[in-house]
Amino acid sequence: MINKVGRDIPDYLLKNGKEVYQGKNYMDGKYIQKAAPKTRRYEKPQESKIAESIVKALKDCGAKSGMTFSFHHHLRDGDFVVNMVMKAAIEELGLDNLTIAATSLGSAHDPIADYIEQGKVVGIQTSGIRGRMGEVVSAGKLPTPAIIRSHGGRPRAIEGGEVHIDIAFIAAPTSDCVGNCRGIGGKSNCGSLGYAMSDAKYADHVVVITDCLVDFPNMPASVEAIDVDAVVVVDSIGNPKKIASAAARISQNPRDLMMAENVAKVIASTPYFKEGFSFQTGVGGPSLAANLFLEKYMDERNIKMGWAIGGICGPMVELLKKGKVGKVIDVQDFDLDAVNSINQTPNHFEMSASQYANPANKGAFVNKLDFVVLAALEIDTGFNVNVLTGSDGVLRGAPGGHPDTAAGSKCCIIVTPLVRGRMATVCEHVVTVTTPGDCVDVLVTDYGIAVNPLRPDLIKCLDDAGIKHVTIEELKEKAYSLVGRPDDLEWEDKVVAVLEARDGTILDVVRKIKPYHV
Amino acid sequence: MEILKPAMAGTLESSDAQVTVEPGNGKIELSLESSVMNQYGRQIRQTVLETLDRLGVTSANVTMVDKGALDCTIKARVECAVMRSCGKSEASIPWGGMIK
Repeated sequence: MINKVGRDIPDYLLKNGKEVYQGKNYMDGKYIQKAAPKTRRYEKPQESKIAESIVKALKDCGAKSGMTFSFHHHLRDGDFVVNMVMKAAIEELGLDNLTIAATSLGSAHDPIADYIEQGKVVGIQTSGIRGRMGEVVSAGKLPTPAIIRSHGGRPRAIEGGEVHIDIAFIAAPTSDCVGNCRGIGGKSNCGSLGYAMSDAKYADHVVVITDCLVDFPNMPASVEAIDVDAVVVVDSIGNPKKIASAAARISQNPRDLMMAENVAKVIASTPYFKEGFSFQTGVGGPSLAANLFLEKYMDERNIKMGWAIGGICGPMVELLKKGKVGKVIDVQDFDLDAVNSINQTPNHFEMSASQYANPANKGAFVNKLDFVVLAALEIDTGFNVNVLTGSDGVLRGAPGGHPDTAAGSKCCIIVTPLVRGRMATVCEHVVTVTTPGDCVDVLVTDYGIAVNPLRPDLIKCLDDAGIKHVTIEELKEKAYSLVGRPDDLEWEDKVVAVLEARDGTILDVVRKIKPYHV
Repeated sequence: MEILKPAMAGTLESSDAQVTVEPGNGKIELSLESSVMNQYGRQIRQTVLETLDRLGVTSANVTMVDKGALDCTIKARVECAVMRSCGKSEASIPWGGMIK
């Protein structure tokens, strides 16, 4: 069936009430039946929940073949926990038929590709998928398609029982002996543990893996002992160098800076840019640099930012410390400045993934967002954005919070160079729609700005401010005139990944690519 | 133009292409690797073959490793490799003739 963004969704995927994407806010007002986990009672007083090994904890939690294990990605490319747990389950306990439901996966998890090829891991549910895992899934090595969800879509699916987590594994920089976890105070600090919170609440069993055991009680806890079955102490949960970079530096690339300046100009031209406005930005070159130029406009007009959300890094913490933003609410930290600030700097708070972006709860932060500045791998003339598949059709990205913030915000700005190498970023049809065009308002490139025709109000704002803009078709033609018009990719019928819209409908599918050979 | 000896042009930097030409067996044998194979492989092949044809090369083994080069770069790298292979790179490059 063809959905609202023109993608053909195979009928066999539309079972058990699954629908195709019908447009923004389609599920508004509907009810969701929450699924409660089945959890074990710990009535008898206990001194400690420490298990001597991951294998012991797995056994205690009744781990068996066919289960779904969940993980969170705050340790980013430094994460050791996914690999060590899967190794214990598969190589030591001999389990198979396992599904990994992770908030995101990266190239740190390359070894899992082997378990997919061996048929031990049969299901992947994630936001991000990259590296070797992206390649093997793209090659169709999973028996069932991977399910890709946004950061808001995941807690929706968990709370609604679409994903049932048998055992959740919490990678905790610090924990006490009964499982109160925090993201700071240890040797592998990651700051916020926001993505792990729904997992801990909705999993049947929860195992904390830490490399820094601290005195009870470890407060304020991000994941609480009331939800934890076992604590395992290991030598190291991750490589600190890859968990958080020293400090996210603002780009010096003049092209990035020019685009960032134009992003700030666009923001300043809208009626939403007023005292108390709210803001989220990505950490890519031009997105992050937008902070710098925005501050200039804030000073000029003598206004302050009310609050900022998202993945947080140093430049935003800096604004908070200078008193230019009221509150920072944080689901993940990208650099040490942010890690060291959360719950330390006054008004720098932690939030869960559901609180951040879940479209099925009663008030996610994204729904009150004025501006979001985001990047794109590709954007097409319908303003549909792809942040999941490379232009060659292989999985190598993550929707993350992109679709959630784009849908919730009043003004969603995509900033991206017109071409990257020979790839046209602005194109006729994106390979995969990860954020539907009806959620995207403005495109800023190094060759010009385009406004979504669905937003005549914003077109007027830009005109009134004297900001030049063109149609997105003109930008696409400019891109093709530089790099040539790409041939259409060729696909097999086999679906290797299903991309859910944040509301749970099917936005797109990724099929197996037919590579071209000379 | 006749390929007399193996010659190479270009680099493996992003947005460049490295071309190697070697004497052939009476026809053009092209081996192509590209970081943008699925979208531009056909066009790159076409560009390489057209450039060889314009240079009057009818017998060569050509290997190209492309890192997302634009057409103009691909043409220039093929031309340069061919000129080097027949000793014309130091002098007498036919500017305005075969090389446009």
